[in-house]
Amino acid sequence: MRTKDISQKIGFAALFMCMLVTLFFLGAIIYFIAARGIKVISWEFLTQVPKAGMTQGGVAPAIVGTLYITLGAIAVSLPLGLACAIYLCEYSPKGIFVNIIRMSINNLAGVPSVVFGLFGLAVFVKFFKFGVSILSGSLTLGILALPVVISATQEALTAVPLSLREASLALGATKWETIKKIVLPTALPGILTGIILSIGRVAGETAPILFTAATFYTRRYPDSVFSEVMALPYHIYALMTEGAHPKEQTAIAYGCALILLVLVLAISGAAIFIRQRQRIRNA
Amino acid sequence: MARIKEKAYEWVFTALAFSSLIFLVGIVIVLFKEGFPIFKAVKAGDFLFGRFWYPTYEPPEFGIFPLILASFWVTLGALLVCVPLGVGSALYLNEMASFRQRSVLKPMVEILASIPSVVYGFFGMMIVAPVLQDLLHIPTGLCAFSASLVLGIMATPTVCSIAEDALSYVPKSFREASFAVGANRWQTLTKVVIPAAGSGISTAIILGMSRAVGETMTVLMVAGGSAVIPKSIFDPVRPMTSAIAAEMGEAPMGSMHYHSLFAIALILFLITFAFNIAAEIISRRFRIKLGHSG
Amino acid sequence: MHNNIKMKAENVDFFYGPRQALKDINLDICEKRVTAIIGPSGCGKSTFIRLLNRMNELIPNTSLKGRILLDGEDIFGQQVDAVGIRRRVGMVFQKPNPFPKSIFENVSYGLHVNGVKDKKLIEKKVVSSLEKAALWDDIKDRLHESALKLSGGQQQRLCIARCLAVEPEVLLFDEPCASLDPISTGKIEELIMELKKYYTIVIVTHNMQQAARISDHTAFFLLGELIEMGKTQDIFTAPKDKRTEDYITGRFG
Repeated sequence: MRTKDISQKIGFAALFMCMLVTLFFLGAIIYFIAARGIKVISWEFLTQVPKAGMTQGGVAPAIVGTLYITLGAIAVSLPLGLACAIYLCEYSPKGIFVNIIRMSINNLAGVPSVVFGLFGLAVFVKFFKFGVSILSGSLTLGILALPVVISATQEALTAVPLSLREASLALGATKWETIKKIVLPTALPGILTGIILSIGRVAGETAPILFTAATFYTRRYPDSVFSEVMALPYHIYALMTEGAHPKEQTAIAYGCALILLVLVLAISGAAIFIRQRQRIRNA
Repeated sequence: MARIKEKAYEWVFTALAFSSLIFLVGIVIVLFKEGFPIFKAVKAGDFLFGRFWYPTYEPPEFGIFPLILASFWVTLGALLVCVPLGVGSALYLNEMASFRQRSVLKPMVEILASIPSVVYGFFGMMIVAPVLQDLLHIPTGLCAFSASLVLGIMATPTVCSIAEDALSYVPKSFREASFAVGANRWQTLTKVVIPAAGSGISTAIILGMSRAVGETMTVLMVAGGSAVIPKSIFDPVRPMTSAIAAEMGEAPMGSMHYHSLFAIALILFLITFAFNIAAEIISRRFRIKLGHSG
Repeated sequence: MHNNIKMKAENVDFFYGPRQALKDINLDICEKRVTAIIGPSGCGKSTFIRLLNRMNELIPNTSLKGRILLDGEDIFGQQVDAVGIRRRVGMVFQKPNPFPKSIFENVSYGLHVNGVKDKKLIEKKVVSSLEKAALWDDIKDRLHESALKLSGGQQQRLCIARCLAVEPEVLLFDEPCASLDPISTGKIEELIMELKKYYTIVIVTHNMQQAARISDHTAFFLLGELIEMGKTQDIFTAPKDKRTEDYITGRFG
């Protein structure tokens, strides 16, 4: 065999190893959390409030709390994100404004999540006096999710052929009619996928809600947007670092981690596979 | 009437489109406003290069050098993991995998990217740290090394997806030209494809770095949390993000401690901002180089 | 030409950024006649036809000098709305572009956006438009199926029906048969011959035989200039300009 063939063999083997190691960690994370988490999962665990100083009972308030904060965040980011993507894809004349907006979106996407947490603390908790609450947490996470919603919507909108827009305009439809009746319905599946993906992202975020929404221990369900709540991701962290019963708490943390993982993987996995299928079909 | 309605819609969308800019500027303003008071108590030089971080002592010391070093080492360590794994996986996906393999593997990488950071942190704490502690006979598994490893795994999918995008931009004709002169696939890859995608791949690395330096929960849970200047990679450390996350809950609002944490966040923001701008400039040039506009 | 002039281009210059795509075009379009625009690719014929219903405005960085008149009124005038112009001047594109909706919704779309609410009326107009577009017999049993299931030729006739529903005065065809097979092309040509009884038609085509078969007047464009315009018969049998003759006899293009 010639040297160039040998180097090719070695090189390709190395690349294959990289892929394998990456997937190995995916497998390891899912395996360990599933194997150990499944032991504590029960109907009671999913539906009861915590008991006996977090060592018994369930984590239902954390599940409900995560649900509320996530829905709240989407309610914030969806209208803004849609509008922004529509502006960028349909209205924007090329120019300095558009570049500034694009740059802001890219940079907003790169801001560390803990910085969003501080922003939420200073603005929503302190300045607007919403307190540590569902409202503050949702607003903070909503801003964090904004770039995700925008880029997913943009991808869906640019996939709509120009010829459909032309056909509509040539019939005497106005721009807005064209967007509302032709572009958005055509892009809808793609937009939905993007929204599902950002739901998955938001549901797992911890750092932004540390100081804006989350509390370690409550036996009550939230009764208004101004309530502080338990949330699954924060609960995992808190169980590992606070409280007086590390052993029992660790078991519960495994349970929480499994619920969160199943939740996020089910949501994101669905979106990822739908998008994959759309991409193959479009290709 | 209809024309007024049209204009109104256009204005609404234009106004809302600026929300991202407003939030970004808002973040900058908040960080400056809340972070700046610390520099009335501590000189900027002492803040950045002070060797002792004792924010709750009497008198307190606000030297964030140990935190900066911690962030630096952990990020560097993470890069050593995520660059080979991420770029290697991207090359595998783009150059070797069959269409079918790709359509299974790519979603799996995306799933890896969607696992929440707190789950990575938890995994690091429960599995990675104890295993490394036994394996390497170190005093604690919760240290810079474990944090780097977990963070590296976490940043791998980011690097992989962006690098994969960059590789897919390399025109087929480049490869064909190389094959035509008798190069095999590996030579084509190393001598033609990788150089052509080079700046795209560096964008991937910069963005991976940005992700690693700004990541909070993983390092908070795995790095050990000790705010002293590390002597080895097996020492527990407290990177900037985990200092903010761990201490903000206890810092009384309006205290110097509170302001110092905002100042750390400001520095963090500026670092990631610089990374993002760099990545954007490089990727724009890259696309122009390969003949794609925009 | 002894016909009424429906549309008129006066000293039209058109630019994409700094590049001039049309140079001083002066051209009359007669009512209820078919005017064909021919010329090699890149000669500006598509650019010109897209000016006639202001579709050019969708492309950024373009500029226009001169006037285009519809019934004597400048369609680019200060007070004139592009949307209103497009209602009067319909367009059929190179590639069939039905909306990803049902056949019925495709045809009724233009009525909806033009404010027609009466369901009976909409239904009536959808049927008559499909009949006029010679599509009714093909699809009358599957009005509510997706338009994307139709064949290419059927899709193009659907796009024509969609235009007709809004009752335009002028119909623009931008190489309507470019992506169709000869049989479908034949059907579209027959249709155009039929439609000229009611509408003023402008068709851009790279197919000279098509222009010869269906048009009353022909304009020959080259490199952004109108070289020659006249009765189709005259243009094809006795062109006045050498360049027209070269093109028609296939010496370049």
